[in-house]
Order: sequence, then C-alpha cells, then structure tokens
Amino acid sequence: MSFRTYRDVTGPDASRVLDQVGAQRARVRDRLATVRRVVAVMSGKGGVGKSFVTAALARLGAARWLERVGVLDADLRSPTVARLLGAAGPLRVTDAGVHPAVGAAGVRVISTEFLLETGRPLAWREPEAEQFVWRGTLEVGVLREFLGDVWWGDLELLLVDLPPGADGVADLRDLVPEMTGALGVTIPTDEARQSVARALRAATEAGIRLLGIIENMAGYQCGECGRPGPLFPGDAGPALAAEFGVPLLARIPFLAGAHEPVFEADAQARVFEVLG
Amino acid sequence: MKFLCVDCDEQMQFAERQEPGDGTFAAAFRCPGCGRSVALLANPFETRLVSSLGVKIGGRTLDAQPLEQVRATVRGREDAFVDDGNREAGSGERPTPAWSPDAKERLARVPGFVRGMVKRIYADYAAERGIAEITPAVMDRARSELGLEEM
Repeated sequence: MSFRTYRDVTGPDASRVLDQVGAQRARVRDRLATVRRVVAVMSGKGGVGKSFVTAALARLGAARWLERVGVLDADLRSPTVARLLGAAGPLRVTDAGVHPAVGAAGVRVISTEFLLETGRPLAWREPEAEQFVWRGTLEVGVLREFLGDVWWGDLELLLVDLPPGADGVADLRDLVPEMTGALGVTIPTDEARQSVARALRAATEAGIRLLGIIENMAGYQCGECGRPGPLFPGDAGPALAAEFGVPLLARIPFLAGAHEPVFEADAQARVFEVLG
Repeated sequence: MKFLCVDCDEQMQFAERQEPGDGTFAAAFRCPGCGRSVALLANPFETRLVSSLGVKIGGRTLDAQPLEQVRATVRGREDAFVDDGNREAGSGERPTPAWSPDAKERLARVPGFVRGMVKRIYADYAAERGIAEITPAVMDRARSELGLEEM
C-alpha cells in the first residue's frame, strides 16, 4: 500500500486549522491597528518591581497622551498591576469586544485579576490530568485573546507587563510581530543582572528591539529627611545598559510608603524619547 | 488532518461531530466515492490538546466570541463578566428565539463565567436556522454541531 502525501491530497483539511489560526492572528492585527505602540515591560527575575514600574509608566503615559494608554497584564498566574492601578471588574462584554477595566489616570487594564476568585490561583477546567502538556498553549491563548478580543480603542501606548522569565516576550513577538520593543527592569544586584541579561538576550534573539533599562530600588530615599542611602549592592542598571547598548532610562530609589515609583523629570524625558 | 479512502484514493469529507459520552469526541468522515464512513474518536485529553489551540475540529461555523477560549477553559469567578443584554439575545436582524422553561433551567446551571457567551451562541445558532424556541434538544444539537465541548 502506498499513500500520497498530505499536500498531494489537494482537498482542504476539513477543520481548516491553518485558516482558523490565521483568523486568530488577523483578529489580533485588526484589533491593534488603532494602537500606536506596543511595549513589553520585562525582567528575567521576579521581585524587581516590574509591575510597579509598569503602573508608573502607564500613569506617566496617560498624563501625556490624555488617557490613551492601556496595560495588558501578561503575568497570568500572579497578576498585580490591576490593583496597583486601582482597576476592578466586572468586565463589560459588547459586540465590540470585552471592555477593559479603567484604572487610575484613565488607564485601560486587562488582567486575570478580574477573572479569578480572590486568592485563587489560575486554574483550568477539566481534564485535570497531564495539564503540563497543554497548559503553555492555553496561556498563550489567553494572551492572544487579551490582545485581540479586548476593545482597546485608540491607544498611544499599550504596555504589556510580562511575567518573570524569558519565554513571554517571544510569545508576545509571535502574536504582535510589529511590537515597538521592550523595556528591561532590574534591581542593582549582580544576581538580578545575570538573570535580566538572560531575558534580554532572549528578547534580542527573538528580534525584539530593546528600548532601555530601568533600575528599580536603586538605593532608598528616607521618607522623612529625603536623604538617599544604599539599599542593594551592585550596578546592574548601568551595566546592562552598557552590555546591550541601550540607554539607562531611570534609577528609581525605594521610597518607604510610596504607592508608585517616582520618575524624575529627566528620566521621564528619556522614557518618552525612546517611546517616540 | 485529512482522511483518505484507501480503496477509492479519494479524500473523505467531514460529515458530523458528536459527543457520545465519557468525554469522548467523535468526528465522522464519509468517502464521496463509495460512501464508506469512518469515525475519529478522541479521548478528553486529546480533545483538549487540539482545543487548546483555540481551533474547532470540523471547522468553525459561528464567529468567535470575545475571550471565547478564556471563558471556556479558565475556572473563573461567577461575576467576572457583564454581557450586554441585547448581545445575549443574539445578533443580526433575525427574530430572537424564545427559551423553553427546561432550556432556561439548563442554562441557569451553566457557570456564570461563561453563561452570557453560551446564551448568545445558542441564540445565534437557533436564529440562523429559523428555530423559534430553544429547547434542551436544540442545545444538545448546537453543542454537537458547533463544538462546544468545553461549555
């Protein structure tokens, strides 16, 4: 018995799987046609304050661009940026799509925070066995639908708060080939530098343009006297900027009791310069 | 995936899909030459593997709903979404189908996370086929034909 190849059998695949996947991609492309910049905020390491920085960047952008800023929380399993922006569900669904929640400064936000019971982890419906096989695919599916099914409207800037690690940025690039670029967030330590460097390397190898580095918790600022002091050893921010040939956009001190990091005026100018 | 009738050397055509029970997904294909049918049987694990791509086996017949895959797969909170009332009733200019008491009861058992979307899909299914009243039998048929395994 000899068989023809898949391509030799010229009739269409009954499920038209490739067409369906193509339609998914087109949905994302069409939705983002009214979004001028898509910028990932990434870090190889958890706990560096990436979501904190994302929220602050969103507020800055919203002030500059009259609220036309969105945040997509791609940290599906540990969503925090929605709370930092004071955004809450429920999400309204119309024929235009799912409407994002609106947070501080009018920032439009989508996050699994709105979907999950308080304190419950991200979990999938049956079957429960062998979930490791398809969990990653489902998570990319969530990211795809957050991009393509949310009514973002006209935006100057859509920030994507990626989870720690190096994988998320490549997934984002697959879904949004024309994305503007990525911002790297680190803390000063050498451990953070090594970890963030790996993630940034993954980003560059995926063809993503690095826009700059933001060093968070670069010393602390006394809440009473305002004097700066050391917090962590190291200079990961400037070192990463030099290693990757990108600007160090900001060194943000830890400020006890602050609800958001403070970008000095010159740091703001650098951020908006790279965002264009 | 394509199915070839070896005797006729003809590509078999998709005929129908069903969920016969225990999580099995079945898709039937028929040879246009000799009329022979075969059924593809997938266990729940295999079905999920394919559906995790957000595609429908046998092809898509209705437009994708917003966050369709999220709502079908995530264990979400009951009050996560507020579906626009008009939207739930169905789309287009066609008359809105009515819901039988049994169908309403069954719909009420659908988790709130996905209920609004499911209601819309059944309404569209019925309206497109000129069905005036949605009953449990109509819901079963729609589930099978549209590939609503997760809903």
